[in-house]
Amino acid sequence: MFRYIASRVLLLIPTFIGISFVAFMFIRLLPGDPVIALAGERGMTPERHQMLLEQFGFNRPIWEQYFSFLWNIFHGDFGTSIASKRAVLADFLSLFPATLELSLCAMLFAVIIGIPAGIFAAVKRGSIFDQLSMGIALVGYSMPIFWWGILLIILFAGILHWTPVSGRMDLIYFFKPTTGFMLIDSLISGPKGAFKSAFSHLILPTIVLGTIPLAVIARQTRSAMLEVLGEDYVRTARAKGLAPKRVIGIHALRNAMIPVITTIGLQMGLLMAGAILTETIFSWPGIGKWMIDAIAKRDYVVVQGGLMLVALIVMTVNLIVDLLYAVVNPRIRVK
Amino acid sequence: MKTYKKLLAATALAMLTGGLMAGGASAKSLVFCSEAAPGGFDPALYTGGETLDATGQAVFNKLVEFKLGTSEVEPSLATSWTISDDGLEYTFKLRPGVKFQTTSYFTPTRDLNADDVVFSFERQKEGSKWAKYVEGATYEYFESMDFPKLIKEVKKVDDLTVKIVLNKPSAPMLAGLAMDFSSIVSKEYADKLQADGTPQKFNEQPVGSGPYQFVDYQLNTAIRYEANPGYWKGKVKIDNLIFAITTDAAVRVQKIKAGECNITIYPDPADVAGLKADTNLKVIQKPGLNIAYLGYNTTQAPFDKPEVRKALNMAIDKKAIVDAVYLGQGTPAVNPIPPTMWSYDKAIKDDEYNPEAAKKALEKAGVKNLSMKIWAMPVARPYMPNGRRTAELLQSDFAKVGVKVEIVSYDWQEYLKRASDPKHDGAVILGWTGDNGDPDNFLAVLLSCQAVGQANRTAWCNKEFTALIDKAAVTADQAERTKLYEQAQVIFKREAPWATLAHSLVTDVTTKNVTGYVQSAFGVHNFADVDITE
Repeated sequence: MFRYIASRVLLLIPTFIGISFVAFMFIRLLPGDPVIALAGERGMTPERHQMLLEQFGFNRPIWEQYFSFLWNIFHGDFGTSIASKRAVLADFLSLFPATLELSLCAMLFAVIIGIPAGIFAAVKRGSIFDQLSMGIALVGYSMPIFWWGILLIILFAGILHWTPVSGRMDLIYFFKPTTGFMLIDSLISGPKGAFKSAFSHLILPTIVLGTIPLAVIARQTRSAMLEVLGEDYVRTARAKGLAPKRVIGIHALRNAMIPVITTIGLQMGLLMAGAILTETIFSWPGIGKWMIDAIAKRDYVVVQGGLMLVALIVMTVNLIVDLLYAVVNPRIRVK
Repeated sequence: MKTYKKLLAATALAMLTGGLMAGGASAKSLVFCSEAAPGGFDPALYTGGETLDATGQAVFNKLVEFKLGTSEVEPSLATSWTISDDGLEYTFKLRPGVKFQTTSYFTPTRDLNADDVVFSFERQKEGSKWAKYVEGATYEYFESMDFPKLIKEVKKVDDLTVKIVLNKPSAPMLAGLAMDFSSIVSKEYADKLQADGTPQKFNEQPVGSGPYQFVDYQLNTAIRYEANPGYWKGKVKIDNLIFAITTDAAVRVQKIKAGECNITIYPDPADVAGLKADTNLKVIQKPGLNIAYLGYNTTQAPFDKPEVRKALNMAIDKKAIVDAVYLGQGTPAVNPIPPTMWSYDKAIKDDEYNPEAAKKALEKAGVKNLSMKIWAMPVARPYMPNGRRTAELLQSDFAKVGVKVEIVSYDWQEYLKRASDPKHDGAVILGWTGDNGDPDNFLAVLLSCQAVGQANRTAWCNKEFTALIDKAAVTADQAERTKLYEQAQVIFKREAPWATLAHSLVTDVTTKNVTGYVQSAFGVHNFADVDITE
């Protein structure tokens, strides 16, 4: 077991270095530079441009910049934004919970609706429900997030006044966040009504961000169920006279869930990407919007530091999952 | 959302101010849906309007300030000033008894004095002890207004008298002092932070002498201010000011319609009609201090010939651009400065839209089968709602006179960088919003020989034009300057380095119950005189 853990942890080092290289190079491959962005339409003299490049250290050889970036990260220093002059790590830590909260809610929404819809569509294959739900899933999958978001805002916030337009909470509520997760913070330290406000602000972004995973999960569940329902052991179970609910709920569903769970895992990663647009539409202060702004401003420090922090989180989660596999499955740790 | 509105007006962020208002009077809150998050809270470090709104306009004062809604300079922290005969010395008398804000993180022990003024400018100079108080600090406005070269020294004469000594006379100097980067900051606060070893807080928790004092900033979400009780002009009527950061224009429109904010800015032109129809809202529009133009690279054949540039200008249907791109919220531009700016030469006639004449003029200039590139801005700016659409209209206009246009575009930063290169290929769509209402801020910045390689993206260097602009910049008398700028505009029109396209209308929207809101001439947003009725 110790060897297994050690090998997993050691594997992180080359992964980390590889990602750091990609994160560092990616933004530098884009045309433009962060210094020009400081001046806007006004432009700057070539002399000042050169002076600022020197001030920020961008005139040094690229490998030297890279190693100093790595060195600083190993010392916990993710740098200071060129545009805002704020510390990257501090900004990341204050924004990441917003993205995570939204992503988790969106996934929960997608799973709660997607799996039952997929099962029902499979069981009632060819029925109106099946065709309708899969048709809706296809539309949901194809819908541009931006358009979908604005549409929901106009309908539910603008016309019906059922939900707020954007943001994480009504601005009348003001308290220092503890965890950064608004639903939790509003319960812990928020005044009366804050939780309701946080919850109502989550509804539309959750639906918008959850739509694509919902469609994917519903379709995946349906096809996995159809496959399993055609298996011999299901037929046998039915032949034995088991109640249909039991056949579907226990025998079929358990096996059908394996590919669905894999899909959910993959979709969770994709949610982070989808969150960028959703965050923009709903003024959601998460890391997606933060990174996009940094890319637009060619804020090298924020982009490379932000990517590394995301990578660190993903790597840590993967490590934990790997170790859990080992705990659950003795074959892995023995191997 | 009606409940929301009531809550906004009544609840008044009691916890923000530390308790219910005495006597049971309800506090007034104003929510401003702003277009972007501020970079930080030191107005000297940033050039973006979103930061200037959140700092220089809300928290700070300058020695002199623009009278709200105009480009007229009026006394502020300086009650009066004298300029020496040679134009090199500006002596300012400071307002006595001005207090810096007392906040949860700083309590001033003295009034604002000459030390603060000296510090406010000296700190921005390259090499000053305080210049790099935060990593990566640069002072782009100070630099681009040429203050490092212009200002010889800022010296204290006595506690309430400051002298600014210049290296050469500068007529736009006063306007520069009214800009947000010239905000007067507290030296006492800076010293305290330095002593505490936390100088970066200067950019996180501002202390000024302005109408509102900073309370809190939730990154990329909201900025909260409260009225400065000791404001030297008297406490403002709004108790709590909140900036709700809402980057998407369509969402800002929905938010103000839903009553989630009281003021918002920069709606899409397409949404303006709907906003005007909403009886709960007021739409305030004013010609912006801006210009959008198509700038020819005047060093590249055949655009090096003024007659070719003039001919192409005659092929452009500006009215069609104003109708289709600005949706009527703009006016065709004639001169390189907007009509609301002093020294605008009304006598100048625009090139007539006449494709036939344009075609003939091109033939006469010996131009046949011309192919050119037009650069389409990839972003919307207040002066240009849609660069791509404009480029397409120009493409079709030029096709009518036999000129084939290829539209090119780059990422915005790259676009600006490449367009500054005097060797770039073709004509660029760009524009400008004035910083301070002085014609120098358009003509020198965008068209002088000195600006080639920077904001002069036509590489047009006309000695006669530049000499007039330079002379006007060192002339104190405004009537005299007006004449010089008028002459410069005549040369501009004759030489046509740009096709002047349009001046846009700037649109702000408020709810019906907002009073006293005055639109700034420069695209900043100030809430010092705003009130809100039940």
